[in-house]
Amino acid sequence: MKKQLLAILLLAAPALVFAAGGDVHLDRANIDPSNKESLQRGARTFVNYCMSCHSAKYQRYIRLGRDLGISDEDVIENLMFTGEKIGDHMDVAITKEDAKMYFGAAPPDLTLVARVRGIDWLYTYMRSFYLDDSRPFGVNNKVFPNVGMPHVLWELQGWQEAVYKTETDAEGHEHKVLEGLELVEPGSQSPAEYDRTVRDLVNFLAYMGEPVKQERQALGIKVLLFLLVFFIFAYLLKKEYWKDVH
Amino acid sequence: MGMLISLRDWIDARFPMTKMWEEHLSKYYAPKNFNFWYYFGSLALLVLVIQIISGIFLTMNFKPDAEHAFASVEYIMRDVEWGWLIRYIHSTGASAFFIVVYLHMFRGLLYGSYKGPRELIWIFGMLIYLALMAEAFFGYLLPWGQMSYWGAQVIISLFGAIPVIGDDLALWIRGDFVISDATLNRFFAMHVIAVPLVLLILVVVHILALHEVGSNNPDGVEIKKNKNENGIPKDGIPFHPYYTVKDIVGVVVFLMFFSIVVFFVPEGGGYFMEPPNFEPADPLKTPAHIAPVWYFTPYYAILRAVTIDLGPLSAKFLGVILMGAAVVILFFLPWLDRSPVKSIRYRGPVYKFMLGAFVVAFVVLGWLGTQAPTEGKTMLAQLFTAVYFAFFLLMPIYTKLDRTKPVPDRVTG
Repeated sequence: MKKQLLAILLLAAPALVFAAGGDVHLDRANIDPSNKESLQRGARTFVNYCMSCHSAKYQRYIRLGRDLGISDEDVIENLMFTGEKIGDHMDVAITKEDAKMYFGAAPPDLTLVARVRGIDWLYTYMRSFYLDDSRPFGVNNKVFPNVGMPHVLWELQGWQEAVYKTETDAEGHEHKVLEGLELVEPGSQSPAEYDRTVRDLVNFLAYMGEPVKQERQALGIKVLLFLLVFFIFAYLLKKEYWKDVH
Repeated sequence: MGMLISLRDWIDARFPMTKMWEEHLSKYYAPKNFNFWYYFGSLALLVLVIQIISGIFLTMNFKPDAEHAFASVEYIMRDVEWGWLIRYIHSTGASAFFIVVYLHMFRGLLYGSYKGPRELIWIFGMLIYLALMAEAFFGYLLPWGQMSYWGAQVIISLFGAIPVIGDDLALWIRGDFVISDATLNRFFAMHVIAVPLVLLILVVVHILALHEVGSNNPDGVEIKKNKNENGIPKDGIPFHPYYTVKDIVGVVVFLMFFSIVVFFVPEGGGYFMEPPNFEPADPLKTPAHIAPVWYFTPYYAILRAVTIDLGPLSAKFLGVILMGAAVVILFFLPWLDRSPVKSIRYRGPVYKFMLGAFVVAFVVLGWLGTQAPTEGKTMLAQLFTAVYFAFFLLMPIYTKLDRTKPVPDRVTG
């Protein structure tokens, strides 16, 4: 039996060779979804900077306020600018057609972007814009090459430049490879402060992707505890009945 | 109490209530030596019920309309009371259904449950599996995300690979030149009523056939050959209460795993709910990498393993044929297996090795089906496709030649 098992495992070995590998390096977002202040700061950044172009059309203002611990009045005062009602979805005024004309592609709705891209991707993306004269808005992105989006948070981060290194491929050709990014003009925030701003923003995007997440996990623990108790009784019942089966 | 008994008698005079209860539960004698692998039949039934009930509630709020489908799913996730829970139960249930059914089918391979006189149970079971695949395929389009759309596009285009009639057939299935509102509407009809009806009928037939011949067991011994003076199998115990109370334990353990997914990892690491599917369907934007949901990936890998054209037949069409053959060949299992014994306990080393190789092939093909193809991976898929088919096609030979151990008269516990 052991020999057969070994033989079977050996058969699977070639599959393991291909199991390794990966994409662009992403920094860890390390968000804290239970940190209400972080979420509130993220919401503020979102409505101030992102919502000029991006909608969050499945998210309602009223839900945002209640989940993040902001009163309805404060939501209206600080997060809503165009006279919507508190129960409305977080839509944008810009039309898809206009947006397409300005940016080449319509800015996607961001309600679910954290579930599409993942938080680490978003965290790295928002910190990876660099100056590139060949692009319409003068910036490119390390994580999302040739993206149509301008560096909206440049006032905060400042400007980065790409650092290249030269690599020689197997055929002897030399290539310029993007190695890293370097801050050449500081913004109003220090790099550490800017990382925190982005982390808060990503935290908020993750919340929006699934507002019910905290509630879901809390309920899950109760359900599992109930099932554990249920299991004890179910097991004892089974044992009692099966006493007379030999 | 007296009133209840007279009510029972009143019904029994008009409907075989007590008779059915006894035939299928309290006097249905099942072998007493069922092990771990025998939980998955009743669990499959449980998941079916979970899917039907959660599905009914989803239907109340879902809009089968290309303009509104995606938004209505988010409406369920955000605005409908407990909508998120109902949806996660349904999405997790889809994957759970296949996990449970695959384990249930593997049990059949372990203990020869498909062998005579249970060929029809196996065939009805296979039909359930086919219906389940159709149900999953139709259902996956409904959230109208990018993967819903492009996954369906890939699968329907497979029909287009059939020579002569292919294009018209694909057009007929879609009801449009591309996947569109018309496709979504008909898939909704198939998913919520047509296929579930077929599934339910097949499940009833599957169980009726099982209760006619009686259950197999880990020893592959026919317990009906050894009856006591009352005509009751000596190794049998009434399904109710013995296996009902035992299955409750199985149900609770299953629900624990199920709840861990629903409440803590509903995306199942991107396998149960794929990240691109949180983006609405866009007919103009093809995702970089299209992979079907995990339960279809072994067959998808087999499809892609075919890379050569044969005369007028395209590689794609041959791949479709091979993929179809990979499912259809399972139907013939009862006649491919020539072993004199049923259970793996009494089979020889060759069958054990082949079964192990088959499991490895199925799992590796499943993984390959999730990956973007490379030259190496395609070669690997070809190798394991060969192993997959060798398990079945060589079976008449190796099961006949293989050493077997003597089977006892009675079950061994």
